[in-house]
Amino acid sequence: MRSSVIIFPGSNCDRDMDVALKKFGFKNQMVWHNDQSIPKSDLIVLPGGFSYGDYLRCGSIASKSKIIKSVIDFANSGGLVLGICNGFQILTETGLLNGILQQNKFLNFICSNVYVKVKDKQNKYFKDLKKDVLELHIAHNEGNYFCSEDELKLLEDNNQIAVTYCGKDGTENETSNPNGAIKNIAGIFNKNKNVLGMMPHPERMIDKYLSGEDGSLFFKNILDNFK
Amino acid sequence: MKIKVIVTLKNGVLDPQGKAIQQTLNGMNFGNVEDVRQGKYFEIEVKEKDEKKAKSLVDDMCKKLLANLVIEDYKIV
Repeated sequence: MRSSVIIFPGSNCDRDMDVALKKFGFKNQMVWHNDQSIPKSDLIVLPGGFSYGDYLRCGSIASKSKIIKSVIDFANSGGLVLGICNGFQILTETGLLNGILQQNKFLNFICSNVYVKVKDKQNKYFKDLKKDVLELHIAHNEGNYFCSEDELKLLEDNNQIAVTYCGKDGTENETSNPNGAIKNIAGIFNKNKNVLGMMPHPERMIDKYLSGEDGSLFFKNILDNFK
Repeated sequence: MKIKVIVTLKNGVLDPQGKAIQQTLNGMNFGNVEDVRQGKYFEIEVKEKDEKKAKSLVDDMCKKLLANLVIEDYKIV
């Protein structure tokens, strides 16, 4: 499976993503934001970081990059587009995903492991995933997902909520919500579920000697579903 | 021509920074501060003499970049 990771000025999880993708057998290439086109890919990843120093709004400047037109065309033709953290913020700013990531409710930068519940498995990312709750890592200041009531209803009706913050046993409540996100939302899909944006970093959980291996399940699953 | 824009959060959208500022003001004995909403202010120099044209251009900029209409309103002043 071929993947491309887009690098913006200020991306800082691009190399981690490259390492993770290659570890599980993706043929990955790095693509600069100022390029006009993306090499043939089955998956495009917008990595985490602080593109353009989070100026104006997180992800807003990157969402106007030269490369983004190709990303949107790729997404609209059904290609898999994954945005992690700042990548999720960029995807909402491009309009590929609904809503926006606002500043965390308690105005703090959060860096910790969290549990997320997989809410939908009828998609190429989570289909046949053996676990329902994953332990992943978050590191963000703007992860407080917000959208209008109408948009939320559409997300719910169409099963576009991908992952939600929860406790170790899968319970979703205020205690397990680190940033104030509406309905504990940690990640969402577009309508066709080929575009996934999420705040947690699966690429940081790919080695038992670092912090855990639930991210490995995530990447292996994408590959398995591609076969 | 200089065009000025104010971007604010829509009513009903949580503004944690505004809330923190309000609480701080209350703590500084400005007890009658009931609410604070924080926003952004832009001064945009446009190479255009016709004010109507300049404002219409800035309006387009607001919709496309300066404001995120999911949570923000803008006002050209």
